[in-house]
Amino acid sequence: MEQLTQDFLRTKKLPHIWCPGCGNGIVTAALVRAIERTGFDQKDVVIVSGIGCSSRAAGYLNFNTLHTTHGRALAFATGLKMARPELKLFVIMGDGDCSAIGGNHFIHSARRNIDLNAIVVNNHIYGMTGGQHSPLTPTGKKATTAPGGTLEPAFDLLKLARGAGATFGAKGNAAQPRQLEQLIIRAANHKGFSVVEALSPCPIAYGRRNKLGGAVDMLREMKEKSISVERAANMDEAELEDRTINGVLFSDDAPEYAEAYYRSIGKDIG
Amino acid sequence: MAFEIMSGSQAAAVAVQRTGIDLVVAYPITPQTAIVETLANFDARGELGGEFVSVESEYAALACCYGAAAAGARVFTATASHGLAYMHEVIHWCSGARVPVVMANVNRTIGAPWCLDPDQGDSLSQRDTGWMQIYCSGAQEVLDTVMQAYLLSEELLLPCMVVFDGFYISHTYEAVDVPDEDSARAFIGPPSFEAQVKPGSPANLHGLTTGDNQVKLIRNRHEAMLRAPDLFKTINSKFAETFGRSYGVIDSVIPPGAKTVILAAGATAETVRWSLPKLDNTGFIQLRMFRPFPREEICSVLETHGVEKVVVIDRNCSTGMGGIFAQELRSAVYDLNNPPAVQDIILAGGIDLTFEMLESIIKEDKYQGQVEQIWGVDLK
Repeated sequence: MEQLTQDFLRTKKLPHIWCPGCGNGIVTAALVRAIERTGFDQKDVVIVSGIGCSSRAAGYLNFNTLHTTHGRALAFATGLKMARPELKLFVIMGDGDCSAIGGNHFIHSARRNIDLNAIVVNNHIYGMTGGQHSPLTPTGKKATTAPGGTLEPAFDLLKLARGAGATFGAKGNAAQPRQLEQLIIRAANHKGFSVVEALSPCPIAYGRRNKLGGAVDMLREMKEKSISVERAANMDEAELEDRTINGVLFSDDAPEYAEAYYRSIGKDIG
Repeated sequence: MAFEIMSGSQAAAVAVQRTGIDLVVAYPITPQTAIVETLANFDARGELGGEFVSVESEYAALACCYGAAAAGARVFTATASHGLAYMHEVIHWCSGARVPVVMANVNRTIGAPWCLDPDQGDSLSQRDTGWMQIYCSGAQEVLDTVMQAYLLSEELLLPCMVVFDGFYISHTYEAVDVPDEDSARAFIGPPSFEAQVKPGSPANLHGLTTGDNQVKLIRNRHEAMLRAPDLFKTINSKFAETFGRSYGVIDSVIPPGAKTVILAAGATAETVRWSLPKLDNTGFIQLRMFRPFPREEICSVLETHGVEKVVVIDRNCSTGMGGIFAQELRSAVYDLNNPPAVQDIILAGGIDLTFEMLESIIKEDKYQGQVEQIWGVDLK
């Protein structure tokens, strides 16, 4: 583990800026372990991020890393992938980043089924700016821009991704980091647009305002609500109410965009 | 009226609440977020007096303002930096469509790389979009200017951007004389402009036109904006009668015999103002209105006092040319019989202006004569 840290983290950039109890470190660690297990060459791995708390991970990870504009990381990553299709791209986004300003790039990356691995750290809030509601804030939850609770329904991000054409979707959380790591490995090995939604606690900007307790309480609740895809398959709607289904929710076969493009100009990038 | 301790961001929000706003549209971005958060709190307490909607992007925020203003509503949004850049298309659209929108922009550097310091390049890059721009040097000025901006904007049917520096103004607190709701609303009155979208009277708005027609619209807009300085003076006379204070499109302090004047906009103007007594025989101009550019007012002050040199504080840089306020000033004074030398102090990246920097510019020999451009980072 120590070697992994030395190799894959820019230790000079530490300590990180994340608040006490934040799940971003857990998700980032799961990503690092997953990349190590895939056996990808470090120099072929690129981390692209937008802006927000989770996007700071790009600064701490010792790969080729690109910190881009809010919501647009997938568009930058698309350019990289098309120019250098052999690279292994991981795009780290937050829920606000990915599904609000980034919503358009998200659905079009899915539609093309381009081989990018989107890691969406969903803490249900804009954390960096201090707790405004995002398109993934559950209805009724409080935020500084919704002091009485947001009226808006949240996206089901993975249904949105699949509906738009993504071929791999998985859900994990910071309370079950080993499972999250396995899901990221599966996503990385899948050819096509892969989305891993990682639920993550934000005790400071979300939990406190919504009286969800501290980080430990939030993680405990995350774990207790979690249920595997396999177990959920045998349960009815009433039993699944208020539960989060974890695991690989879909894995489909469809032509991958960069490969199809290069084939169309007579190059096989297989 | 009562004094309250508040930040520049809170002052902007309180001003909006006092105007009798119809719609606030919010999207967070540092260092602006406290403005929309304060307005969200007014809304949660049932004190906003209008509607509050939180949207998915800055583009959506301004487009939403446009839609509401087209229906005759008094609207507000606030942004900064990348948020303003992202709005760019709708910024043009609002002025082209002649809807009165008031927006606060809190200056912050535009990347890459990411930076939070208050470079003015965000608002200045919107110079040619047909919006009026007014720069404020403190929280009181922010509050008063936001209120006045509605009168300007609704009379001229042009959007108005109220600009102030991130952190130096947005996050610092000062005592602000806050008008009570009744006198503020009596001063501003209800929205006076006609709705473009009228139920029962359908029309196709802003569809395709030709250059021949477009030029007329652009000219109308330009001529309307040129009325802003005089209107601003009228509004401020009325404001002074009601609230006991007022502002000019520029403000100047020129001691008798001063041949050098420092020109600044935003928070740096306050630094210059307070440094003045210790800078021998130096004058000061605060550039408040930037669009339209107050050419006549500035030239009149420079000519009256026989100013020989203007030191311009630019917390911005147009790459390949230099500070933007300095460029505008050089252009404005070009036709004077004895135009002053213009020396440009570039604080791009949002770096701070200190008294020591001003002292060295004014007093050190190496900065006298024909030194046109000085980078703030070279000043010790």
